[in-house]
Amino acid sequence: MKIIIPIKRVLDPYTQARVDKQSQTVDLNNAKMAMNPFCEIAVEEALKLQEAGKASETIAVSIGTDKTVDTLRTALAMGVDKAIFVKTDSELNLQPLHVGKILAKIIEQEQAQLVFMGKQAVDNDNNQTGQILSGLLNFSLGTFISEFKLSDDGNSIEVSREIDSGIETRKLNIPAIVTVDLRLNEPRYASLPNIMKARSKPLETIELSSLDIDITPRVKVLSVEESGTKDRAAKEVQSAQELYNELNQLGVL
Amino acid sequence: MSALVLIELNGSEVSANSRAAITAASQLSDTIDALVLTNAIDNASQASTLAGLNSVKVIVNDELEHACVEVASGLIAEVMTSYEYLIAGSSTYSKNIVPRVGAILDVQPISDVCEIKSKNTFVRPLYAGNIMATVESSDSKILMTVRSTSFEHSQDGGSASIEELSLTMPESHSTFVSLQESQSERPELTTAARIISGGRGLGSKENFALIDQLADKLDAAVGASRAAVDAGFISNDYQVGQTGKVVAPKLYIAVGISGAIQHLAGMKDSQVIVAINNDPDAPMCRMADLIWHTDLFGAMQEMIDYN
Repeated sequence: MKIIIPIKRVLDPYTQARVDKQSQTVDLNNAKMAMNPFCEIAVEEALKLQEAGKASETIAVSIGTDKTVDTLRTALAMGVDKAIFVKTDSELNLQPLHVGKILAKIIEQEQAQLVFMGKQAVDNDNNQTGQILSGLLNFSLGTFISEFKLSDDGNSIEVSREIDSGIETRKLNIPAIVTVDLRLNEPRYASLPNIMKARSKPLETIELSSLDIDITPRVKVLSVEESGTKDRAAKEVQSAQELYNELNQLGVL
Repeated sequence: MSALVLIELNGSEVSANSRAAITAASQLSDTIDALVLTNAIDNASQASTLAGLNSVKVIVNDELEHACVEVASGLIAEVMTSYEYLIAGSSTYSKNIVPRVGAILDVQPISDVCEIKSKNTFVRPLYAGNIMATVESSDSKILMTVRSTSFEHSQDGGSASIEELSLTMPESHSTFVSLQESQSERPELTTAARIISGGRGLGSKENFALIDQLADKLDAAVGASRAAVDAGFISNDYQVGQTGKVVAPKLYIAVGISGAIQHLAGMKDSQVIVAINNDPDAPMCRMADLIWHTDLFGAMQEMIDYN
């Protein structure tokens, strides 16, 4: 079974996002970038399946300008077999529907049966791409998963989904799209020898324009602003009595 | 311009986030219908009493008891031929389904709308809420999820008609196995007036039990930081923050939570924030209205024992 892992390069999640007022975009110039943390979990789960002898090939896919290759190399260093780089000439601010259509083409070309991806990217926080992809391909869908089990015959999977009311377990037919949540696994670090080895692993480049997908923006960003966390004039208390008195005065108890 | 609100049920109760979705819909359209996907038509009766609805459309099928996403998204896409807007409250229920409807209708959905500026212009958070973006949709239909903390919750007092739709069921690709529901007698996290939230500073699952005791005393909901969830002190459905729930209670008490930006994103709109922390430099303390620098356990015990 061939597994595809779409991954995204994002602003390092521990870096504060800043707005470039002139262009009304989030300023990513010289910013520290990293693989979206949920994508790392998706890569790890694919590798675990491969190590258990259940996957014939693992392929990471990412879309972007040349810098995106760094993120694909990270996935190769973690252990995936191959990377597919969908190259764009400029930063296009692609939306989940576009990304879904691009990934759908790649998945059809590769005839992949299983897709692991992050439940959301921590830059745009859309939480949509896996769901859209499943709709475009008419695959089964398991979102927010914290447990994954492939059936013995390899025709279905059982996933535990972390939903608002608790944990739902579903059985999904293959082909399937699975979006991963935080507690699924602890992603591995790439070791130095593997980082070296990753340089000689196959990386296929596909020009986005060759895929013939309409990427006209459906949703236009008119403006962005930093919401900031307003510093509140904090008052110190020293005892439970003092705290309760304050809260009573504020009328919140 | 007519709007369809996707109703999420907890049993036969309409969820709070669906009530927020009705309010959001009222800012966009004069005619609002609700859609209930359920396994029993009786479950739609509460929805028909919500203020602001014209009619409640119901689709009844066993597959819909646990909202099989492949079935639900196909049905909603078909119902949407008569509507311009699909509006749902932000929750794992709608986030699972709405984008797949977008794929079927070839529409780019808009997640977590916090403000409606015009018929096609909305404000939504990026980067864990550190950035607010104003976005304009050019799609012919608009699908969105809305933050339940950003819109008033529609109250009872309506009397909408109930109409059962009979549509062909789309093919299901999955089957429900089980649901392990979180049992709690306490108020629900996203609608609670008061929340006591614990972080990694508590050190262990046993210590986290003090949060429960304090919550009982104050009739508050229990929350947690991602660090506390990752450490196994409490399950993920209690997580507040970018990848958990977004809350805006009257009172938020953060115990032993340092305040990573991802956590602050989920609670910064709380009316009054209390930080109980042994580290005066924790970012949470900069956010707080009231700070108590002290030993966490002593503080919680004192609060629990106080008469």
